Amino acid sequence: MSVSWVLAIVLIIGVVAFLVARMRASRLEPQPGVKQHSLPGYHGSYALVLAIFPALLFFAIWKAASPLYIDSAVWRGLPGQVTSAPDVNRSLTMGTIYAIGDGLRRLDAAEIEQVRSGQADLKALFATKGLALASNGEPYMVPAAESYRSMSDASSLWSAIGAILISLAGAWFGLSGITLRRRARNNVERVMLWGLIAASTVAILTTVGIVLSMLFQTLSFFQSVPLSNFFFGTVWDPRFAAAGSGGATGQFGLIPLLAGTLYIALVAMLFAVPVGLFAAIYMSEYASRKVRSIVKPVLEVLAGIPTIVYGIFALVTVGPLLRDISAALSGGQPFIAAQSVLTAGLVMGIMLIPFVSSLSDDIISAVPRSLNDGSLGLGATRSETVRNVILPAALPGIVGALLLTASRAIGETMIVVLAAGVAANLTINPGEAMTTITVKIVNQLTGDLEFTSPQTLVAFALGITLFVITLGMNVLALYIVRKYREQYE
Amino acid sequence: MTDIPFDNTVTATAPARRDIGLKRRYRAERRFRFYGIAAIAIGIFFLGALMFTVIRGGYTAFWQTSISLPVTFDASVIDPEGKRDSDANVLATANYPLLARNALAAKLGLDVEAEENRADLRLLSGMISQGVRTQLRDMVIADPSIIGTTQDVWVLAAADVDSAHKGQIDMSVPESRRKVKDKQVAWMKTLTADGAMVERFNRGLFTFGASSRPETAGMGVALIGSVYMMLIVLVLALPIGVAASIYLEEFAPKNRWTDLIEVNINNLAAVPSIVFGLLGLAVFVNFMGLPRSASLVGGLVLTLMTLPTIIIATRAALKAVPPSIRSGALGVGASKMQTVFHHVLPLAAPGILTGTIIGLAQALGETAPLLLIGMVAFVADYPATPMDPATALPVQIYMWANEAERAFVERTSGAIIILLLFLAAMNLAAILLRRRFERRW
Repeated sequence: MSVSWVLAIVLIIGVVAFLVARMRASRLEPQPGVKQHSLPGYHGSYALVLAIFPALLFFAIWKAASPLYIDSAVWRGLPGQVTSAPDVNRSLTMGTIYAIGDGLRRLDAAEIEQVRSGQADLKALFATKGLALASNGEPYMVPAAESYRSMSDASSLWSAIGAILISLAGAWFGLSGITLRRRARNNVERVMLWGLIAASTVAILTTVGIVLSMLFQTLSFFQSVPLSNFFFGTVWDPRFAAAGSGGATGQFGLIPLLAGTLYIALVAMLFAVPVGLFAAIYMSEYASRKVRSIVKPVLEVLAGIPTIVYGIFALVTVGPLLRDISAALSGGQPFIAAQSVLTAGLVMGIMLIPFVSSLSDDIISAVPRSLNDGSLGLGATRSETVRNVILPAALPGIVGALLLTASRAIGETMIVVLAAGVAANLTINPGEAMTTITVKIVNQLTGDLEFTSPQTLVAFALGITLFVITLGMNVLALYIVRKYREQYE
Repeated sequence: MTDIPFDNTVTATAPARRDIGLKRRYRAERRFRFYGIAAIAIGIFFLGALMFTVIRGGYTAFWQTSISLPVTFDASVIDPEGKRDSDANVLATANYPLLARNALAAKLGLDVEAEENRADLRLLSGMISQGVRTQLRDMVIADPSIIGTTQDVWVLAAADVDSAHKGQIDMSVPESRRKVKDKQVAWMKTLTADGAMVERFNRGLFTFGASSRPETAGMGVALIGSVYMMLIVLVLALPIGVAASIYLEEFAPKNRWTDLIEVNINNLAAVPSIVFGLLGLAVFVNFMGLPRSASLVGGLVLTLMTLPTIIIATRAALKAVPPSIRSGALGVGASKMQTVFHHVLPLAAPGILTGTIIGLAQALGETAPLLLIGMVAFVADYPATPMDPATALPVQIYMWANEAERAFVERTSGAIIILLLFLAAMNLAAILLRRRFERRW
């Protein structure tokens, strides 16, 4: 019986239990001196919960555990010379057995008889049924496949029967005890609370998942490449992952990538910070309400544009423009390449303007009005007030905001993929192409993957480096912002 | 105050004005103000430049040059051996492009049998999109009785002809280095004058799947993939996000654990999106064995990315509901759970919805994590379920950006316009929702 059928049946049992329980609860005989504790709907929900959740839990655990058990049982059932052979590839063997087992379902009785007696050409036979088999298989695989098939059939049958029985038992339990005094609401609410708690741990699980998944891949990367090669290497040349070779032949130097990342982020910040900060100051100190109500949303549109669009803008418009301008200035040879640090930094800077301006705007408006009024009252001009009173007071917050913006610049991907180039140069000329950590993660992981080669695994080492850098900046920024906020509240 | 001397003659004459540098200070003031205006102008200028280049480069993608041809479904071409009743493959593999070419030749008055016209006929074939093969084949298979008749058919022009018709190919380049030859240009002029070659609305841009020929490449698969992913994000992220925020805002005790969750959520909101792609690759694809390129995996990754946005918005919306509502509900005997679900949550709903739409808009434009889980794939067929390979709108843009042909450049910008229109619609909906339902207490 298929999974969706079992789920549907359990669900139907739950709904029926809900309806019956609600009806029974609403028809309870009133007794003198006893108030009905819960509304009929809560009795219904309690029956529903009892009918569905234990059954689903059982079903999920069974479905997760049974393949593991079947796998080891089939493996143990194989002839000894196969399992103890020195060149055995367990996953390949088992994969073929599973494919044969699944294919047997589509054959009729006569064909199965042929397969059993070893007369049929498995590969050709399966091909007529629309199944692709990688290899023709060994004779011992057919009985193993049959035992796999019977075990998995039995497993799915018993899991279905078990789930439905548990569901019925839960429904019966929910329906049997409906009395005026039953505290159905409290029980339902307790289940709801657990649901809420479970939802709130998803955030923790995500972080744990990020760290663990990258950590494991990174550790296996460092088994084939020494730490110093990665962290202090100045050459990035991973070569291609030759299928099956598995050896580390390339060089995985982080330094050129890190330098490119920081350089591009620096250029972006040099552009975005003055523009964003001045825009924020103008809007909070000078602009009339009307101007503000128009300009602020318009600038925020920049934040809503997907980064891929910025990347294309850089690739198609800004890059060639800068190249042509530099060619015209130098009279012939352009000194800015179409894909360069400057292009990527400039376009990333445009993207960051709204981040800087809206973060700084919040922080500037959080400075108490009395400071501003006091300074103006003493005769300072507005700009003097901003420079000497407001900015110093808002400084910690602005530093926090800038850190958040910088972490965004470091983690940005699509703009640099399209505009910064792929060559891992180590240069200080902003007119040349450099590459970043994020570009290399994308490069190493698009196309065919082999999860054992260092060429693939290095992406996870790069990813965890990126994660640690941005995490550090975020935590520092949040700490600064939080501490600063306490001063005035 | 009382002992100020009365005979203070000094005050009678005004003191010499101290030079406090007012002029200089006002100049500085003006300068400062100018910097602010300049900063805003720079921001708006770049926004305008971006929009302008995208629209200028992309609006032509919504039109596609097509040719109206009276195609004769000649039985001697489709089925030269007369076996179509016995062999189903005959209709599927017939030489349909030849039919279209012959029709075009007839229209231009070229003799298809004449030996000296060989080169010209090859040029003629080059004007018609290769997509005509499937187009005519589908017509014949749907209704085999049209064999032997003549039907008026709109066929797509080849990409280079399309670009030339839109004036995007520089005709001053010598013919040998041009993709569209002089003869083809002359034919194009004849056809255009006839009214047989016109630019029609490019429906294929919205319905076709991936293709190496620009004129038959469209965003159909990408649109479906994006719709699947948005549905998955909505179905997963909204309930989980709202439930998590309710717990943190209404029930959680103040302790280490809830503090940890809060710091976590704030951090997740700032983690680079590509890291979520790595997570998806390692956990969903490698560990759990879900298929690569599937919109299910993309949807899960985007869900994890969107969750912090929704949680932060929902908590703000819950916080904005005044405590008096809670006290009132508790006062008339509601339980804590009933208070939250019957009273607080409905009042916070507009804020939650606004945050959700903004989160979805972010997810719709996200590219980097999808590249890592293999959604950069050449997918020509519509995905029937979220488990099938698909692409997404921004990924489609990225893939077209890597193509060199002129018609793909145009399509890249066209696809960006469509993406931006979707985003604008979503953000507008969020703003209107806020305007309509926002309550000030």
